[in-house]
Amino acid sequence: MTGPKFSVVGLRKVFGEDERAVVALDGASFELVENEFATLVGTSGCGKSTLLMIAAGLEEETEGQVLVNGTPIVGPGRDRGMVFQTYTLFPWLTVQNNVEFALRAEPMSKAERRRVASEHLALVGLDQFADSYPGQLSGGMRQRVAIARALSYRPEILLMDEPFGALDAQTRQLMQELLTRVWEQHRLTVLFVTHDIDEAVFLSDRVLVMTNRPGRIKLDVPIQLERPRRFQLISSIEFLEYKARLLASVREESLKTTDVAV
Amino acid sequence: MPPTPAAGVTLAPAAVPVSRRRRRKATRLYGPLDPRIYFSVTVAAFAVMLAAWWLAAALNVTSELFLPSPDQVWSRGVELGRDGTLESAAWESFRRITIGFLISTAFGVPIGILIGTYRIAEAAIEPPVGFIRYMPAVAFVPLSIVWFGVGENQKYVLIFIGTFFQQVLMVMDDVKRVPREYIDIGYTLGLKDPRILLRIIFPASAPAIWDTLRITLGWAWTWLVVAELVAAPNGLGHMILTAQRYFETDTIFLGILVIGLLGLAMDQTMKIIGRRLFRWAETQRG
Repeated sequence: MTGPKFSVVGLRKVFGEDERAVVALDGASFELVENEFATLVGTSGCGKSTLLMIAAGLEEETEGQVLVNGTPIVGPGRDRGMVFQTYTLFPWLTVQNNVEFALRAEPMSKAERRRVASEHLALVGLDQFADSYPGQLSGGMRQRVAIARALSYRPEILLMDEPFGALDAQTRQLMQELLTRVWEQHRLTVLFVTHDIDEAVFLSDRVLVMTNRPGRIKLDVPIQLERPRRFQLISSIEFLEYKARLLASVREESLKTTDVAV
Repeated sequence: MPPTPAAGVTLAPAAVPVSRRRRRKATRLYGPLDPRIYFSVTVAAFAVMLAAWWLAAALNVTSELFLPSPDQVWSRGVELGRDGTLESAAWESFRRITIGFLISTAFGVPIGILIGTYRIAEAAIEPPVGFIRYMPAVAFVPLSIVWFGVGENQKYVLIFIGTFFQQVLMVMDDVKRVPREYIDIGYTLGLKDPRILLRIIFPASAPAIWDTLRITLGWAWTWLVVAELVAAPNGLGHMILTAQRYFETDTIFLGILVIGLLGLAMDQTMKIIGRRLFRWAETQRG
């Protein structure tokens, strides 16, 4: 393999100007190899979502670069798929057509598009809901369709911004298992953002902890837990050790900004 | 002092008879109501209005000249319906409002979408429109006659002035309310601006725009009648004005009622079409 799949080089982001300027990111750098599942964790407001938005090309960096396969990105593009925290399925299209919408730009026949969309819905276990409208689905199901949509056109990297953040704890757990299963079959480079340490450890090959504003990568922890991962993993000693270490690191950052006496 | 229950112990609520529970529900804030009861109450409200009118007329509260009875109005309606006067007047009004409203919409919707999506268009168009909107359309009547005479164009212009400036701003708001994430998803899927406008922003805001059209159509009726009252050779407004000259109060009543009924019919038609077109928006709310 030649070079990294995805790299972030010296990323800096300043919101506003002069005295009101807020430095959200300053010197954030890291690289992902192909088919790596990496998660960014940090306190809220540490700039992890900003970093992801810049990576998606939806926000402009002040300094630095994001590269996919060694080529700097210019704006948003189909090489990077995005899954947001909010529900972003188009409510006027059926589930099937939502996925097919993403495939319109592909050189495919109508029948082929239909087939690829169905396959990806089956992958997230929602092939029976192809003709439903998003308004008829639960939050967890909508996010599964959003994942199917993002996977369907085979982007080089999948960017996920707290995709399970709005779900209840039980659904969240199930979604993590589903995502792990899908990823283990599908293999894809993923950059995931969350503030939930359990989620980060459970899903990832690598967890990157960010410092508080201005955000920078503070700690880079490879998660050497066996795959396939099952939910029992979360009560294993190794899992808890990773969790304790990461929690301590994030907590240190939170303490810098809160006045809570401990 | 009443005994406090131990922690973790829930006290069983006293059984409430079903009928009492139901009655409490309907009178609670935002409480639900059986559709049949809803319908009955509505019918009763109309019946009370009609009865009050009839009673006031029957008791001769005031002269027949000022307050005709419901049956007088009805027989006048039958009479004018038979000789075709009512039909042609209603038709003229219907034709005018349709044309005037369509012209307004043809400009209002695209311009509204434009200023809702491009800040520069908003800067250029929104403040002047907001300014003109507060000039009462009635005040434009003399000017519209000077400029366009008393022909059909003047009617359309008045409906346009009264409708367009409201429509534009409301459509702008409808478009602004499209979630930014939908647009971001469009960009990450590699779509360019015109496609996003056509394939995402337009369908996403269509139900809201439809509602805006429904509301502004109601307002357009006002301007139509104003235009016809001032100067028109026919139409319901003209019918009312002529009736006033001859003290035919029953015809005035008839005209007002027919305008109300026509407006209601158009509104309900639009509501039904909207439901058909935007089924997804219903499931979204529900």
